[in-house]
This record gives sequence, C-alpha cells and structure tokens, in this order.
Amino acid sequence: MSEPSATAGIDLHAKQVRKFRLQDRFFHHSTQVFAFVVLAALVGILVSLSIEAWPSLKAFGPSFLWTNVWSVPDDKFGALAAIYGTVTTSVLALLIAVPVSFGIALFLTETCPLWLRRPLGTAIELLAGIPSIVYGIWGLFVFAPLFADHIQPPLQALLGDVPIIGGWFSGPPIGVGILTASIVLALMVIPFIASVMRDVFETVPHVLKESAYGIGCTNWEVVRNVVLPYTRVGVIGGIMLGLGRALGETMAVTFVIGNANRINGSLFAPGTSIASTLANEFGEATPGLHIASLFALGLVLFIITFIVLAISRWLISRSMGSEGL
Amino acid sequence: MMKLYTRRIWINRIGITLSMAAMSLGLIALLWILWTLFSKGFAALNWDMFTQDTPAPGSEGGGLRNAIVGSGLILLFSMLISTPIGILAGIYLAEFGRVSKFASFTRFMTDIMLSAPSIVIGLFVYALFVTTTGGFSGWAGSLSLALIAIPVVVRTTENMLKLVPTSLREAAFAVGAPRWQVSLKVTLRAVKSGVVTGVLLAMARITGETAPLLFTALNNQFFSTNMDKPMGNLPVVIYQFALSPYDNWVNLAWGGALLIAFLVLAVNIGVRVVFRNKDKR
Repeated sequence: MSEPSATAGIDLHAKQVRKFRLQDRFFHHSTQVFAFVVLAALVGILVSLSIEAWPSLKAFGPSFLWTNVWSVPDDKFGALAAIYGTVTTSVLALLIAVPVSFGIALFLTETCPLWLRRPLGTAIELLAGIPSIVYGIWGLFVFAPLFADHIQPPLQALLGDVPIIGGWFSGPPIGVGILTASIVLALMVIPFIASVMRDVFETVPHVLKESAYGIGCTNWEVVRNVVLPYTRVGVIGGIMLGLGRALGETMAVTFVIGNANRINGSLFAPGTSIASTLANEFGEATPGLHIASLFALGLVLFIITFIVLAISRWLISRSMGSEGL
Repeated sequence: MMKLYTRRIWINRIGITLSMAAMSLGLIALLWILWTLFSKGFAALNWDMFTQDTPAPGSEGGGLRNAIVGSGLILLFSMLISTPIGILAGIYLAEFGRVSKFASFTRFMTDIMLSAPSIVIGLFVYALFVTTTGGFSGWAGSLSLALIAIPVVVRTTENMLKLVPTSLREAAFAVGAPRWQVSLKVTLRAVKSGVVTGVLLAMARITGETAPLLFTALNNQFFSTNMDKPMGNLPVVIYQFALSPYDNWVNLAWGGALLIAFLVLAVNIGVRVVFRNKDKR
C-alpha cells in the first residue's frame, strides 16, 4: 500500500533536486557573466583606444613617444612633453609623499595613543575622499598664490645659484607649474600610500616587535630594523599604488600645472601632463590626426598605469596574503 | 657606552618627532582644504543656487539648479547600472570563485580598475558610445561613471561575503536549500549593511568625478531631464566656472564644490560611524 506513494515521493524529490541543480547552474553562470563585465571593460578600453589611435600611430610610428612637438595647425604630434610632465610631476609627488606617508603610518601604528588611532586614521582616509576637482580649485585659488608669494622667491634665492640644480628653480615665480602640481599631487596620494603602509605594518607579528622592544630597542629601531624589513614588499606595493594614482590624476593637475605643451628645465615653469592635455583639448579637438593623437596619449597613459598598478597589486597581495586589499 | 645610548635616544626622538610632523602635515592639509571650502563655499551659498539655472556669460546672479538635477540623474542611473552588476559579480567571486583561475584573474583586474585613470574610461565611453549614438548624452555620462563604480561594489561585496561564517552556509545547505537561495537569501542578507556601505562608497567615489564627464555628458547651460542629450552636471560646471573670468561664476564654482565635498564627506563619515556602532554591539 505504502510502496507506490513512497516512490512517487522519491520521484518528486528527484525532480526537485534536478530543478535546483538547473537553477544553480544558471545562477553560477549568470553571476560569472557579470564578473566578466569587468574584464570585458578592460579589454574594451585597450581595443577601442588602439582603434581610435590607429591613424596617429600609423602616421608617427613609435617616434610619437619621443617627439617633442604638439602643433594642431601643422598636424604634427608627439607625446614627449606630456609624458615628461606626467612622469616628472608623479616622481616629484612621490619624493614628497613617501616620507610623509611613512611618518604617518609609523605614528599611527607605533606611537599614537590607542584612543586617537581611529579618528586620526579616519582623518587621513577622508583626505582620500575629497574629490580631485576640489584639490584643483584649492590649488589654483589658495595654494598657488601663496606658493608664488612666500615659497618660490626664498626657494629661488636659496637654491637658484647652486650649480646643476639651480636651473630647476629659475624663471618667474608665477605659482602654477610643475612643482605646484607635484605638491598638490603629493597631498592627494599620501592617504593611499599611508593606508597601505599602515595596513602592512599591522601584519607584523607582535612577537617579533615585542622581542625587539624586550632587548631594549627604541621605537625607531623597531620600525627601522624589524617592521620595515618584514613589510618591504608591501611598502613598495603601496608606493607603486600611489604612483599609479598620481600618473592618471586629471583634474587637480589640470588646474595647477599651467597647461603649456612644452618641456622646460625649470620646475617653476608651466608644463602639461597626458591627462591634463586630454582634459583641455579633447572637447574641442578637430577630427583626424589631432583626435587620434589624443587617443594615442590616452592609450600610452593607460598602458603605463596598468603596468604600475599591476606590479603594485601583485606586491601588496604577496605581502598581505591572498586576501589582497 | 653612555654616548651610544644618548645617540640612540636622540635618533629615536628625531624619528618620532618627524613622524608626528608628517601626521600634522596631513591633518593641516585636510583642515586647510576644508576651511577654504567652507569659508568660500558658504559665502556663495543662497537659495538662488538651488532655484536658478547656470547664468549666461556676463549676466548677474544665477544658480546651479540644472547642474544639481543633472548630476542627480546621472548618478542615479549610474548606480542603477553598477549596483546589480557589481553585487552579482561580487557574489560570483566570493561564492564560486575561491579556487577558480578565472576568478582570481578577475579579482586582480578589478583591483587594477579600482585605480585606473578615470579620464581613460571617459575616452573609452566616448569611442564606444558617444560616437556611435550620435553625440554627448546623459546616458554616456552615467555609463562612464558606472564603469568606475562597478569595481568598488564588486570588491566590497566580495570582501563582505567572505566574512560570512561557513557554518551559516552549511546550515542552509543542510536543510536542502539550493545554492542560489543560499547566496541570495542567506549570505547576502547576512551582510546586507556591508553591501549597502559598498554601494554608498561607490557613489561617493563617483560624485566628484569630473574627467570622464567632460567627454560624455559634456554640459548643458539649460535645465534638462533628457538623458539622450548633453546634460549639465556639477563637476563640469565647477571646472568651467572656476577657470572663468566672471566673479559670479567663480563663486558658483565654490558653492558647487562645497555641495559635492559635503555630500562625499558625509557619506564617508556616516558609513564609518554606523559601522563602528555595529562593531560594538
């Protein structure tokens, strides 16, 4: 009597299981498709920029990268001035930002009283939350005038006559220029570098630090001889992350770099960067070689930042375990 | 011996002092920028800013109504695009992608996209969308901002889901729930607030983005809610007005910058406060 109903129950159950299995497979693959969107966007950027930049790449060849000319009337374009500006501002920004970020991370992990760690850490993170256009107008209206009046003249008086480096500080102190852009960029990347450094500093086992403190090491010696060697890889990753950010930063740089498409030996002189050239010219670019060359600039920027960021992520994830950031 | 000891103490003192100086430098920069924003922004703040449209060159007064509405619409649609995509991709990485090579590759690329230059994303949307649909439009702006927001949502969703204890999943499996129900109705629900946080942070991230909008939404001097046409938006208005020679334009730029920064910082601080209360409970 009970036999048929029991098998019916099993059949029903098997049906249900099959249904669930189908649904699960559908769910698995549909979520996978969405994950694929990110990859598709990345490949799409590379492909579409290459297609759009093709006329320029064909016309100028690889010498596009090292030609210092940007002339719309003559239809002659080379990226050197923009690449020079991008690399110079980013490297200078790192020279300022790395020691400061290291100091902040050291303070937050070693010497700061516990109750202050959270609010101060949050304050530094907020610096990263401020939109870059706000840095831009602050840099242009507040920082640049102050820089021109009170910092550039003494800097010039102090270093202007020193051989070799004197030329870096020559020219009229007009506020906007490569050095101003570098300082604003430094402020913008400090929070990124500092929070990576803080996070990797916190991965150092307490036993290691305590045994160093136990034999009488000072804070400085612990950081110098225990924490830094232990976290070297992650620290370099954090610096590379800052570099990647600085290379691609657009609005803040556009406001304060001065937007002059030429290379000048002085850091006080206005210059340009890849991103600021794009922001300035793309909207009004004439179709043809001009717009293709702007796409080529974008492609160059994307490839450089991609490589820098890939190295950075690889180093950070190696240092923090498989979790990454 | 004593000499070495004093030297070490002094080196330590100098190091600690320098690190404190670095910390104060960061704080001073933050306060300086905020103070500038508030003093200049509040001076420009008045009701006209919300009720009038952006002024024509040379005319007096004016407000930011069209830009505020335009920014709101562009943001709304970019969040509508990026939230489901980001959450589902995050679910894939957390639930199905722990061991798969495809997933770890995607994770790596998502991390790179997190910091990719936003202006390049603007170029991409221009090439893909603006040239093929016949012009600048609000939709193009939303699309480019969505592309920036997606990686943020993906990574926070994934990180949140990874915090869910395996025992919770196993309990759901044990009562016979299929995998999709476990993901959507158990684990995702368990980390709901964390996922909402990720979405809010993604929104904060794209609120101030200017570079990609320059080539996609462009700008519109007039009030418009038509997403198929160029659309006014706060970041581009701030950019154009700040560099203009008119005083009332520059003032409006400060007012707009204050609005944006206030929104972004409020989200950032609010999210942290809510989360800290959660930790305590």
